[in-house]
Amino acid sequence: MDVTGSRPTPVKIPLTARQRVGRMWGRLAFAFAVFVIVSPAALVFLWMLSLAVKTEVENIAYPPIFIPQTPTLDNFVEVFRASPFARYTLNSVVVTGCATLLAIVVGVPAGYGIAKAKATKLAVTVLIARITPGLSYLIPLFIMFQWLGLTGTLVPLVITHLVITVPVVIWIMIGFFESLPKDLEEAAFIDGASLWQAFLYIALPLARPGITVATVLSFIFSWNNFIFGVVLAGRETRTLPVAVYNVLTFEQISWGPLAAAALIVTLPVLILTIVLQREIVAGLTAGGVKGG
Amino acid sequence: MADLRAHGGISVGIDGVVSGRESASAGRGPRPHRQWSRGRYIPFVLPALAITLAVIVFPWLFTVFMSVHDWRINQTFTFVGFANYLNLASDERFISALWRTLYYGVLAVIIPVIFGTFAGVIFHKRFPLRGFFRGVFILPMMATPVAVALVWTMMFHPQLGVLNYLLGLAGIPPQNWVYAPDTVIPSLVAVEIWQWTPLVMLIVLGGLAALPTEPYESARIDGASELQMFRHITLPMLLPFIMVAAIVRTIDAVKAFDTIFVISQGGPGTSSETINIYLYLQAFAFYNVGYASAIVVVFFMLIVALSLALLYMRQRTQWM
Repeated sequence: MDVTGSRPTPVKIPLTARQRVGRMWGRLAFAFAVFVIVSPAALVFLWMLSLAVKTEVENIAYPPIFIPQTPTLDNFVEVFRASPFARYTLNSVVVTGCATLLAIVVGVPAGYGIAKAKATKLAVTVLIARITPGLSYLIPLFIMFQWLGLTGTLVPLVITHLVITVPVVIWIMIGFFESLPKDLEEAAFIDGASLWQAFLYIALPLARPGITVATVLSFIFSWNNFIFGVVLAGRETRTLPVAVYNVLTFEQISWGPLAAAALIVTLPVLILTIVLQREIVAGLTAGGVKGG
Repeated sequence: MADLRAHGGISVGIDGVVSGRESASAGRGPRPHRQWSRGRYIPFVLPALAITLAVIVFPWLFTVFMSVHDWRINQTFTFVGFANYLNLASDERFISALWRTLYYGVLAVIIPVIFGTFAGVIFHKRFPLRGFFRGVFILPMMATPVAVALVWTMMFHPQLGVLNYLLGLAGIPPQNWVYAPDTVIPSLVAVEIWQWTPLVMLIVLGGLAALPTEPYESARIDGASELQMFRHITLPMLLPFIMVAAIVRTIDAVKAFDTIFVISQGGPGTSSETINIYLYLQAFAFYNVGYASAIVVVFFMLIVALSLALLYMRQRTQWM
């Protein structure tokens, strides 16, 4: 201990020219590292955009043309002309909207209850749901929907999407309610508030950031889901990912409209991710969650 | 992220105050409002519990029920006991799908964990536009997998694909990517790495934010270099988080479906047919749902076994 006491405290010494050059190289190396790790992500999406706004002639040119000479929106027009894409968009909005809304309505109180009652067994059930492959829900539910005569409607899709959205919401909300201060609620109880009043007027407003994160993530995971739709959706009830897949396999149209269709499907998610990256990063770091 | 952590800080501080007050009032006897029975929270959980039972727990049980029947879609079913499971043991297509899944899994866990740890260390430093770059970096894992798979399919095209063009610039001969049996799985793993390295980065980032700062201060006073500090301080303390990332990655890698299904459909032939793809074919192409359910049960046990093995390793890393 004496040794540390006698050691001189570090003072800011002016850098020598050599150290300054070294620091500059360090910065350059760091900037290069950032460039290397970010560029694969950026380039694939830029390539998607490039394919979507180029003419067919430019798209099949070799060597490839990266920056379109005559950018066009024809590919997007073609997507909506060749298939009922507007209808599929509506399907996706309805399915994802219902599944997310229902999950928030039942999942937020459940997260509160589990956090307050410390019901770890229920939390573990939610965790196992995260481990199980999506296909394993699909087989029994598919048989059930057949028996109930629900196939050909959007109802089976909304129900199966709950498999994704409900665990995500509960998991994020447990973490959030656990981190909220307790004494405000206790004060409310002493003033004679009921459990519901304490939840509605105290816990819920405080948990608003958590509800935002849960909504965004459950929306994205449900929007992206492909496996449930590919089995359960009929011609009229396809969601967007299924519609894009069908464009790829059956109709064999050219690259431009394909890339345009892909971009239409994923654009809402890309925008949400960039705009709300703080909230999304926080939500994902908290639970290591992922849909499907 | 900062505001979330602030909540944690507040709750810790206030906990202390609350417990202090409780001990002070302990001598006054039971208070009328302190009826803390956990049962009071049942109404909060009930709706979610009902949904969970219906769409999650019931399918689990029903799967086990189907797995002991000879059951085809739109036909009657008969009880066959463990016949489906016994058939699996001698089903060569299943066995090779199992090995293929493990091959795919090992590659799709180790490489993203290494890259993701590196990326986490980079994004932990402060630099201009960090938030924006982090947003771009996590785009691959947030974007719709089908859309992403479609672009990769076009990039993999042997004649017109941009990847072979880029290889040509580097003087490497063109590859067949997903169109040849021996390169299809590495190519699909490349997509998986691209897609899921960000998740590892996020977990590592969470770990780095939780590390104490004192060891670094004393190491810096002792004149340790950045590299030495990373090797001897950061990495050992980060190891539990890296193990968590490896567990999450393992679970997701063996479950991979969307990109494989869209890009190669398990082909050419069956050369990229993983358990999940085979499972899909048995259920929804061959309508053999009884047999498919047996695959689900075995598959689920495999995932649990892998997770537990890694969890055990994680427990050990904490004492190292």
